[in-house]
Amino acid sequence: MATPASAKTPSPGAAYRVGAIVVGLIFIAGLVLLTGHSPIDVLVAMVKAAFGTEDQFARVLATLVPLTLCACGLIFTFNAGLYNLGVEGQMIIGGIAATLALRLLQDSAPGPVAMAVAILAGIAGGVVWALLAGALNVFGRISEIFAGLGLNFVAQGLAVYLIFGPWKRPGVASMSGTAPFPETLWLPTIGKTEASPVALIAGLVVLVFTVIVMRNTYFGLRLRAVGLNPRSSTVQGIPATRYLLSAFALSGAMAGLAGGLQVLAIFHRLIPNISSNLGFLSLLIVMLGNFNALFVLPLAFFFSALNVGSLTLPIQFQLESALAGVIQGVLVLAALIGRGLSQQARARARAAAVRKG
Amino acid sequence: MFAKRDTVAALATLGLLLAACGAAPTAAPTAVPPKPTDPPKPTAAPVAATVAPTAATKPTDVPKPTDVPKPAATDYKIGLILVGPPNDGGWNQAHVEGSKYVMAKIPGVTFEIVDKVNPADRPNVKGTQVADDLIARGAKMIIFNSDDFKDDALETAKKYPKIPVIHASGDYSWKDGMAYKNQPNLANLMGQMEYGKMMAGCAAALNTETGKIAFLGPLVNDETRRLASAAYLGAKYCWETYRGKKAADLQFKVTWIGFWFNIPGVTLDPTKVMNEFINGGYDVTISGLDTPEAAQETKKAAAAGKKVKFVHYDLKTGCDIAPDSCLGSPYFNWGPEYVKAIKAAQDGKFDNYPFVWAEPDWKDINNVDSSMVGFTMGKGLGATSADMDKFVKGLADKSINLWKGPIKYQDGSDFVKAGETATPKQIWYMAQLLQGMDGQSK
Repeated sequence: MATPASAKTPSPGAAYRVGAIVVGLIFIAGLVLLTGHSPIDVLVAMVKAAFGTEDQFARVLATLVPLTLCACGLIFTFNAGLYNLGVEGQMIIGGIAATLALRLLQDSAPGPVAMAVAILAGIAGGVVWALLAGALNVFGRISEIFAGLGLNFVAQGLAVYLIFGPWKRPGVASMSGTAPFPETLWLPTIGKTEASPVALIAGLVVLVFTVIVMRNTYFGLRLRAVGLNPRSSTVQGIPATRYLLSAFALSGAMAGLAGGLQVLAIFHRLIPNISSNLGFLSLLIVMLGNFNALFVLPLAFFFSALNVGSLTLPIQFQLESALAGVIQGVLVLAALIGRGLSQQARARARAAAVRKG
Repeated sequence: MFAKRDTVAALATLGLLLAACGAAPTAAPTAVPPKPTDPPKPTAAPVAATVAPTAATKPTDVPKPTDVPKPAATDYKIGLILVGPPNDGGWNQAHVEGSKYVMAKIPGVTFEIVDKVNPADRPNVKGTQVADDLIARGAKMIIFNSDDFKDDALETAKKYPKIPVIHASGDYSWKDGMAYKNQPNLANLMGQMEYGKMMAGCAAALNTETGKIAFLGPLVNDETRRLASAAYLGAKYCWETYRGKKAADLQFKVTWIGFWFNIPGVTLDPTKVMNEFINGGYDVTISGLDTPEAAQETKKAAAAGKKVKFVHYDLKTGCDIAPDSCLGSPYFNWGPEYVKAIKAAQDGKFDNYPFVWAEPDWKDINNVDSSMVGFTMGKGLGATSADMDKFVKGLADKSINLWKGPIKYQDGSDFVKAGETATPKQIWYMAQLLQGMDGQSK
């Protein structure tokens, strides 16, 4: 298993990393040129579309929250040596659980109470879904990648079933979602924008928690030990199973929270694509950041801005906004290739040093 | 173990890419009637300007975003938010055609169009956000084009009380309606497509040899229930009247896919549904979708020697996809009603704009300047077109009134009692499909 700590050694292959990103950027610029637009114009427009108006900036913040939450959760699982691809499903179940709570409480409990319960329900839903993948992994010896992906499909199917079935709008059966909740059940936002202070605070608290736990606690240290080698850590007296399941639970809790907030703060209803693919995006964020919690915020911010800014591609340039997905993918691939090359360079340097010595 | 990690990265990237591209309706490119070729030059030549979302544009032609829009005296930008692709050969394309009509009729009006605004094609984007951005870019009016935008339209109208918001379809501005919201700057426009669908049903009934007609339905709501039911009423009338057969011998099956167009993994696949229809002996399909799967699959089956026909929907030129198999296309002509509403907005008289549910212009249902609902007769009608003409004439002079009772719901209860005629409210809020139809009511 790769050590996340490997990034901390001085990198003789830094040029490869930078070089790969530059090549990636040139490739993207070429793509944009092919569509008949100036890459600079497109870049400027995308930046403007992410930060030009308060609505747009608020949207960047609103997207930042689920990205940060999911990425923080993934920090735990990655450092425990787990590839929690089920993060999407955990987010969806969080959304479903929050919707369930709101549906049960909307007529009986005051708004703030119902929303608080819904958030807790979202967290609980995420935990349950993640522990399911965890149990399959730890006790069933099924790769967590496949367990997670499988559970993603189940969660997605469940959302679609509920929207078309028991939770459909009166007289309507459409994939456009359940009936919106009354405004008393919307988390308050800053002005008329979409940024919710509650969601932002939740994201920040979870981020600080993650950084502290991973850097300054015994738990974080042991989790990494388990991630490096579960068998030897068990020999040394660390209960690996418990740590692995804890990582799943933490990750699920944060993804579930993100899913619940999607319902309470963004969509105000359950839609089939409640996760908006942000779980997958957060996987890339964590991998790009070399599994380090400190890089979560800046990278999540960058990808959030890219995601929000890409809406201008169809508006202003009549371009397919899927191009933003391509940009995203190219950047991530470039970064990974760069890392691979730099590691090879480092290995060569080390080998050369050994020969010399 | 970096290989594993990189595999995961590749998988995740792939997932995102698939999610980004996979949801695009598969049908669009083949089904495109002639594309506009003019590149958009909104400022240079306002009268002839066309915004063509599909045409590649040169950077110099792109309006530069400005923080402070400087409106010229005649400059009036409208944001048009489409639920699907602009070249879908159906509903969305009809709205784009409407925008072109407006630009030709009102000098100085330009459109900025955003397509595919739905959570499958554009995850993490909501209709309200697109409206925010369009308004920030200087749009003075917003048009939402799908029933599914009803909440977005209301939210946008509330957020910008001075921006006129049109929601094509929907009933929030209908004072007598069941969902009336007192939001003066929100207006609903819709055409009485029920008549178009009656013609569609009639064309189907005149041409089925097996006596089995299929209706390829989108999602279930008030609108689609009444449209499918209207198609059935038209079919039943023509089956009994012109073909002299018994209503009991007519099968009319409705299958809902779950959305206005195919979303892989979420809706039923309309291509598969079409194949089930055709293999099940349903030799005429009436399309209710935004996209042209009915036309495409019928064309394929006809090429393979099967005797099958279809009725298109939404777009005037819809038959062009497969002319020989096409019985016709009931279509929307949004232009004239858009012109009226936009002129009202320009004159500052938009607030409390009356709810529009326009009948066809019965003097000439295909008049581009006056009829909101029309019907293109298809080549596939052949000799039956004479009966079609009779039927349309009967609807026009009101000698044929298919909303007259007794009409029963699917469960046998009364929709309209004998001697009564359904009111607009009864028609709009029809609670079930009608007796004689086979399919889900809710």
